[in-house]
Amino acid sequence: MRFQLTEDQLALRAGVRELLARRFGPQELRAAVDEPGRLDRALWRELGAAGFFALRLPEAHGGVGLGLPEAVLAFEEAGRTLLPGPLVATHLAAGTVPGAATGEAVVAAAGNGLVEWLEQADVVRGDAAGAVPLRSVDPLTPLHRVPAAGTVDPVAVLLTAAEQLGGATRACELAVQHARTREQFGQPIGAFQAIKHLCAEMLVRTETARAAVYAAAVTADPADIHTARLLADEAAVRGARDCLQVHGGMGFTWEFELHLHLKRAWVRTHRAGDATESEETLAAELLAQPI
Amino acid sequence: MDLAYTPEEEEFRARLREWLREALPTLPPKPSPDDWPGRRAYDLGWQRMLHDAGYGDVHWGASPTVRLIFLEETEKAGAPYVGAGFVGLLHAGPTVAAEGTAEQRARWLPPILRGDEVWCQGFSEPDAGSDLAALRTRARRDGDDYVVTGSKIWTSHAEVADWCELLVRTDPEAPKHRGISWLAMPMDAPGITVRPLKTLAGSAEFAEMFLDEVRVPVANRVGAENDGWRVTMVTLSFERGTAFVGEVVACRRVLRELAVEARKNGRWDDPALRRRLGRLNAEFRALWRLTQWNVSEAELTGGVPGVGGSVFKLRYSHARQELYDAAADVLGPESLDLDRPWVLDRLSSLSYTIAAGTSQIQRNIVAERILGLPKGR
Ligand SMILES: Cc1cc2nc3c(=O)[nH]c(=O)nc-3n(C[C@H](O)[C@H](O)[C@H](O)COP(=O)(O)OP(=O)(O)OC[C@H]3O[C@@H](n4cnc5c(N)ncnc54)[C@H](O)[C@@H]3O)c2cc1C
Repeated sequence: MRFQLTEDQLALRAGVRELLARRFGPQELRAAVDEPGRLDRALWRELGAAGFFALRLPEAHGGVGLGLPEAVLAFEEAGRTLLPGPLVATHLAAGTVPGAATGEAVVAAAGNGLVEWLEQADVVRGDAAGAVPLRSVDPLTPLHRVPAAGTVDPVAVLLTAAEQLGGATRACELAVQHARTREQFGQPIGAFQAIKHLCAEMLVRTETARAAVYAAAVTADPADIHTARLLADEAAVRGARDCLQVHGGMGFTWEFELHLHLKRAWVRTHRAGDATESEETLAAELLAQPI
Repeated sequence: MDLAYTPEEEEFRARLREWLREALPTLPPKPSPDDWPGRRAYDLGWQRMLHDAGYGDVHWGASPTVRLIFLEETEKAGAPYVGAGFVGLLHAGPTVAAEGTAEQRARWLPPILRGDEVWCQGFSEPDAGSDLAALRTRARRDGDDYVVTGSKIWTSHAEVADWCELLVRTDPEAPKHRGISWLAMPMDAPGITVRPLKTLAGSAEFAEMFLDEVRVPVANRVGAENDGWRVTMVTLSFERGTAFVGEVVACRRVLRELAVEARKNGRWDDPALRRRLGRLNAEFRALWRLTQWNVSEAELTGGVPGVGGSVFKLRYSHARQELYDAAADVLGPESLDLDRPWVLDRLSSLSYTIAAGTSQIQRNIVAERILGLPKGR
């Protein structure tokens, strides 16, 4: 059993991280917030060229031919940097919707009563009839409500969990950085246990979620995927809130990126079914298997 | 990244399963929780059976993955827990194996593996719990012996132990972490008084120990004189790193039993309870994955488990308490009846956030040693 990242997986993660740092750094993030609702098509095509959408498409069909574990690592990085756009929907459309694999097309998906990025999409999968725009809580995710409840692809649940994991990881890093440098009462606030323990709990939640998300990527088992979603949602949402607390007043500002993590984490908790469904599925699973 | 076991590991699993199927029915009946001599005999008998079948050294002789498979399969089969063998097999033994001399390994390891000798852990003192380095039990050198005086507390299984891994202060002048040594104290030495303490679960799980001029040979010291704190960190990393693996499997079984019970008594129809059990299922599935992750990491880095054990211990100890609280809600008023299953477990789960380092101390460790946050004043 080698339940650790391989050399190739480490290289892939580093490559995606490098691409995103170059193409979607703090400046681009700021610009995106200032122009809500606009999707950077050039970046979308670059992601396509880098294989982000075609990652799991077989090589025979022009894809990269990798598996779920690699996709999870790429989406984790996307979550870390708050990369906007219907990433999961477009990734899932690669190979079926023309242009999705290369990033020429932007694909949105209607499911669970919500559609992300409807107006920017070239193609909408699922039933988006009667869509009504919302004033989205997340400035980086335009939302529409739709009456129809679509079916949920388990891979969408898993990739969303991977994004949550990335967001949770980033929130923990931000909190720790701040706790090490911000001084009050003559010492770094990270020396105070109230802060130290918040940070420790953030790491514990993140690392537990990581094990669950990676395991689900390896097995693709439905119960593992529901587990990953519950743990990753918790790590992302609570992580962002704790990070805000560690930053004090600064955490409550529009300027600081943290609120974007919290808001995106909330959006993702509604993307592909919700926690109730996962809890009920996992409860039923307890009775399905022998003791 | 995979979760596949090698053919050799799968073969080990199959062989072990086969053996468990035949061996378990031959076990004598379980002694009552308060019968410590009976529990000692029972637990040692089980270790002896393992030893004779070639599984005696699995806790530290085998690779981390084989150990994981062993703990998973024995727990799934309902085999006895290490019990009285806990300290010897899961932390004193590994510590002696890692830090002891050839003579010390030859003297202490085989009897642990054969199920002949029981160890206990004499670390905590009345004034040195979380602040373990504040310990005051003194060891004065006298010829080839240390003469030890002081007291220890919360010593689990002390009254049935043959040996004690004992922390003593050998240099009272040195800074507190520097003057400590790690000794193996024979429990039949003159001057030792053991007084059992009753736990909130009503059992005599641990004890107080009074040490009055107890002579311990200098040859029983593991590691250099005054280097005991480093040796202790090795011991604690074993205690936190791998000691709870089998219990995660046990918790997953309990959870399934709870679901069955809830369906039987009608509480399953309550969506809030169902969802809570579903969430606990996610929790213990994730803890199992975290265990596999940590074991794989230990395999790559070779040997002593890292601080990741603190991450696991923190999450697990709270999850275990939530599990038995959920059990109480499944049982309803019957959860007040000590004769019902899970009620004693609920009580004993309360110690998990305290023993082997409290949750607060684990958070300090995670924050300071993994996240690099500064130490407080
Ligand atoms: C069932 C059981 C079995 C045990 N078995 C053994 C054994 O076999 N051998 C052995 O040596 N010991 C054993 N122990 C002892 C155990 O290791 C200690 O109880 C534990 O380390 C806590 O120490 P304490 O009880 O002195 O509590 P204290 O250290 O007094 O702690 C009291 C409270 O203060 C908090 N606290 C203390 N310091 C800090 C800090 N720096 N920051 C934040 N909070 C802090 C603690 O978290 C706790 O909540 C056992 C304990 C139990 C419950």
